Amino acid sequence: MSATLVLLETTSSNLRSASLPAVTAARELAKQHGGPVVGVVIGAGVAAAAADAAHFVDKVLCFDHPALAATLAETWAPLLAAAVKETGATALVASATSTGKDVLPRAAALLGAGMASDVVAVLGAKSFRRPTYAGNALTDVEVTTATVVCTTRQTEFAPAAPATNAGTVENQAVAAIDSLGSELVALHATKSARPDLTEAKVVVSGGRGMKDAANFQVLEELTDLLGGALGASRAACDAGMVGNDLQVGQTGKVVAPELYFAVALSGAIQHLAGMKSSKVIVAINKDPEAPIFQVADYGLVATWESTLPALIAEIKKLKTA
Amino acid sequence: MKILVPCKRVPNPELKLKIAGGAVELGDTTWQVNPFDEYAVETALRLTEKSKGGERSGEVVVVSIGPKDTAAQLRQLLAMGADRGILIAGDDAALDADRVARTLKAVVEAEKPDLVVLGKQAVDGDDNQVGQLLAGYLGWPQATFLSAITLAVDGKSATVSREVDTGTEERRVRLPAVATVDLRIIGRKAVRNEALAGPEAEWEDTQRLASLKGIMAAKKKELKEITAESLGVSGGILVKTLRHENPPARKAGVKVTSVEELVARLHSEAKVI
Repeated sequence: MSATLVLLETTSSNLRSASLPAVTAARELAKQHGGPVVGVVIGAGVAAAAADAAHFVDKVLCFDHPALAATLAETWAPLLAAAVKETGATALVASATSTGKDVLPRAAALLGAGMASDVVAVLGAKSFRRPTYAGNALTDVEVTTATVVCTTRQTEFAPAAPATNAGTVENQAVAAIDSLGSELVALHATKSARPDLTEAKVVVSGGRGMKDAANFQVLEELTDLLGGALGASRAACDAGMVGNDLQVGQTGKVVAPELYFAVALSGAIQHLAGMKSSKVIVAINKDPEAPIFQVADYGLVATWESTLPALIAEIKKLKTA
Repeated sequence: MKILVPCKRVPNPELKLKIAGGAVELGDTTWQVNPFDEYAVETALRLTEKSKGGERSGEVVVVSIGPKDTAAQLRQLLAMGADRGILIAGDDAALDADRVARTLKAVVEAEKPDLVVLGKQAVDGDDNQVGQLLAGYLGWPQATFLSAITLAVDGKSATVSREVDTGTEERRVRLPAVATVDLRIIGRKAVRNEALAGPEAEWEDTQRLASLKGIMAAKKKELKEITAESLGVSGGILVKTLRHENPPARKAGVKVTSVEELVARLHSEAKVI
């Protein structure tokens, strides 16, 4: 009967939706470990967010301190390790976000615990399935330590739903915080009215064949018509057509939307690693030999120039029909 | 400035992966340096250079844990320009991220580098753990997933850019520290040591290749082969690999001949629009 801890990331006043799939994974793990699911919220001025988070877990441990405003592994990992020890938890989970990937291994080191990264399925109390070799293999691993640590892939677990009765929030005393000299200088957040790439139902990605940043406008039009998120291949990001945070692949974001459009994008294995769990994949490419066609449900051998305006018109027609 | 760069050898990621009987078959693969680690070596070399291929100051030590053949990959990194290599005997089956991090901790304690730079993940195991574990074990600051790094003129801190889910983050970290690098660290102006290179310094936007001269020089460079036991590392692995399997194959798709057909099928067959 030991608790399963789950790191819950927050915005200024809410639980970040990226953490919701990790709650589901923590519930699955808690069935094996027999105890409650306890959320951990860390930050500065996060009382409201902790109260929101309490709707999703049995209890929230809240570390609220001005010195915890920046998401630093140096300050967050010791708190997670201390929370594990104090609660006697035998599992520590987080979504495999950039924060989860940064902080959880450091916490694992502090705990001397084995860690499984980017888990796609919980197989048992200590065993997990995870993709390796850029998604070309699924590997089952077993953690041999008493405490298990894992990050879970957001697209593989359903987002947890809120309960009517919120769990309790326990404010934790925060002792001396030592950031080891690390400090956040600035966060240049990308502003977008579109849904998050990792959560969008539709993703429209462009590749090297889009040739120029200006040409992404037509992809954006398709994206917004479908209420989706814009993505890109590494080549398109490297060429400066779009920001790096739109990159889908082994480096970059892993997405699994209902519908994925790959436009003028060849489909290198590193890109496929980030999108081949999508439910329906559409490929539009002028090269019939492009590897993207091997994973596409629907392939259209054509240039984007000759296709996209007609595609947009046709979908508009359907929507107004 | 002494920089330690831990590197892993990985099977050629472009070759089709063979899985049989729950195991990955690597018998006829070719081995290479993990691409992210190659970028880490390039980063370390730039941090010891006044300009592209110019005068150098500092030392870049590459270290790997692996079977004897891994010497070939370390020689290649010495040919790229690294100064010295250390090969720690190890069998992949007896290693996990934790064991690697604990071994590297012992190397750091022996070598006392100012900075450890490594790839953010190896493209075979895809763990993305070793740098963070190492920093945790050392009690050092960590700067992960870097797209840029500038060492301060006094050599005591670094300003870094990290790619995070919501954009780009800038941090300052005190040295010694552990840094892990992402793809864009090899941008033309992504890496600079203020003590050596001016703001105009620029490199190629790719990692350097070994020159013939470099290959000849590498033959004379020190490549020490040691054991983990000699470093006082003990204990086993914390994560056991049970089995591998192929991911479910996607069923064969169809080629459509027109936009009209595509939209009709997405609407009435796939029901996604």
